[in-house]
Amino acid sequence: MARRGSVIKKVGLSGVAWAIGFLLFFPILWTILTSFKSELDAFSYPPKFLVFDWTWENYEVIQQRSDYIGFAVNSLILSLGSSLLALLFAVPAAWAFAFAPGRRRKDTLMWILSTKMMPPVGALIPIYLIFRDTHMLDTRTGLILVLMLMNLPILVWMLYSYFKEIPEEIVEASRLDGAGLWQEIIFVLLPMAVPGIASTLLLNIILAWNEAFWTLNLTTTEAAPLTAFIASYSSPEGLFWAKLSAASTAAIAPILILGWFAQKQLVRGLTFGAVK
Amino acid sequence: MGRVTLQNLAKQFGDVVVIPDASLDIPHGEFVAFVGPSGCGKSTLLRLIAGLEDASGGKILIDGVDMAHTPPARRGLAMVFQSYALYPHMSVRGNIAFGLRMARMPPDQIAARVEGAAKMLNLTDYLERKPRHLSGGQRQRVAIGRAIVREPKCFLFDEPLSNLDAALRVQMRLELMQLHQSLDATMIYVTHDQIEAMTMADRIVVLNHGRIEQQGAPLELYHRPQSLFVAGFIGSPRMNFITGAAAAKCGATTLGIRPEHILLEPLAAAATATAMPQSPPIWPEGIAGKIALVEHSGADSYLHVDSEMGRLVVRCDGDYQGGVGRPVSLWPHSAKLHKFDQHGMSMNHATQG
Ligand SMILES: Nc1ncnc2c1ncn2[C@@H]1O[C@H](COP(=O)(O)OP(=O)(O)OP(=O)(O)O)[C@@H](O)[C@H]1O
Ligand SMILES: [Mg+2]
Repeated sequence: MARRGSVIKKVGLSGVAWAIGFLLFFPILWTILTSFKSELDAFSYPPKFLVFDWTWENYEVIQQRSDYIGFAVNSLILSLGSSLLALLFAVPAAWAFAFAPGRRRKDTLMWILSTKMMPPVGALIPIYLIFRDTHMLDTRTGLILVLMLMNLPILVWMLYSYFKEIPEEIVEASRLDGAGLWQEIIFVLLPMAVPGIASTLLLNIILAWNEAFWTLNLTTTEAAPLTAFIASYSSPEGLFWAKLSAASTAAIAPILILGWFAQKQLVRGLTFGAVK
Repeated sequence: MGRVTLQNLAKQFGDVVVIPDASLDIPHGEFVAFVGPSGCGKSTLLRLIAGLEDASGGKILIDGVDMAHTPPARRGLAMVFQSYALYPHMSVRGNIAFGLRMARMPPDQIAARVEGAAKMLNLTDYLERKPRHLSGGQRQRVAIGRAIVREPKCFLFDEPLSNLDAALRVQMRLELMQLHQSLDATMIYVTHDQIEAMTMADRIVVLNHGRIEQQGAPLELYHRPQSLFVAGFIGSPRMNFITGAAAAKCGATTLGIRPEHILLEPLAAAATATAMPQSPPIWPEGIAGKIALVEHSGADSYLHVDSEMGRLVVRCDGDYQGGVGRPVSLWPHSAKLHKFDQHGMSMNHATQG
């Protein structure tokens, strides 16, 4: 009796979970469906769910009207470049916090995180002016720098929490074995932290890919990534739902696919400390 | 060479003074054990010598050169940790070779040394395995192998055997002693297990709250403890302590007598006549008591006796038949009596030389 009760409970819970999952996913699904409709079908009421004339037309139009590949390449360069660059700074910082703590470790960590709490608009004007005067507006270099700085706190925190899981005695053993600072980091620390570093990198690529505030404000054409590409379709000249949907779908597809393939790694990395 | 000298070494964490002032000279080739209760600063002292902690004051001379502020890599020491601290992502070979690779030794020489160490430690069949596929004893051997290939001046061990089971511990103890004989290197060995210290060490350093309470050869500490603390720490089972009127009669605050230095009555008559004829008896009639508990360890039996002097532990023959509740009379070996004053310091040297 108790057993049957628990089975029913399980089925019920699974049902609820699936329902919530579907609800969360529905807007994305709707966007994808709409991207295959004609503009007329996209507007029709009551809305057509699956029965309509499926068409690739919107995708053809957006590739013709604007260079999707160009934007995608920018997105790729910006997200990869900023994440790798950030890693370069975050590893030594996290090492210092984990294995050579000073008296103000807690305060410094909190301060680093607190920079994430400031609304970015607050820094827009100074940064815009600096970029204008140093001719970095609409350049990939400039944007990589900004995105790197934006994600650095999260990287430092994540890496710090992974490094802290590594028994300090192993690091100390390498010091007695004659390893210098860089040898200790490269031969001992990094190989042991690979899962953590991989998921940190992945999360940051996703964050940088989706970042819209700075990319929209600091670029026009040359360095503009997919976020700018989507934005260009929410046009003032009337609503083209189907084209906007096609643009959105094309913009999120790469990161969605990457996320899908990497989700195991991502979950493993994110729960590294909790589950072990 | 591997001579380690500590001069007024001090360490504090913030406001907490862990090592107030330690001075110690360890000549080349000696096997020294640091013992003491948990939290007395044994590991801290070892880590200071290793360079893993920064000294707050004082000097650490290694072969006459002050290295108190030299990074661990350049002190020429090797350490074996309680947790083994092997590199999990490297094979056994990689673990043992790591220190040599860091020293930029040519690969063929590294290979030769690793093979040599592996042979010595029975690890030849496991060289390509990762540490997580090894047993505790094998991991410990890898950790030792990692230390010996570097041919350090001095080995540091921090409770290296405490994660092993009892049988393996005894075996590794012997292997370490053999290693010490064949390597001719200085070894500093931290343990809270006084039997390990007694059996392995040339010299024992007893620590109490970060101070060196007493140091000396194992038997010297056993026979001539300078304080109550050392007397209670060295020897197993623990020394019996008697306070009150009986102690006052001897002019002491506390009397100490080891379980192996008390005789049981049937033998007592003969023993008092022969073994200790000159010793002035404090208890001419013996101490009367009742057996409260018997521990049989095979070779010996330990009787816990409730007497007018409190609970006393007595060692007697392994075949001892008497059971709980039996009245006995105890005859302490007067020459083996330790007397301590009100500060817990030994009075024996003053009276007996
Ligand atoms: N990093 C630290 N910060 C503050 N106090 C510390 C630190 N490391 C050690 N201590 C303190 O120093 C004292 C000695 O510690 P230590 O580890 O040397 O003891 P131990 O003799 O090795 O004990 P055990 O036998 O349990 O290993 C302890 O009271 C401990 O709390
Ligand atoms: Mg310790």
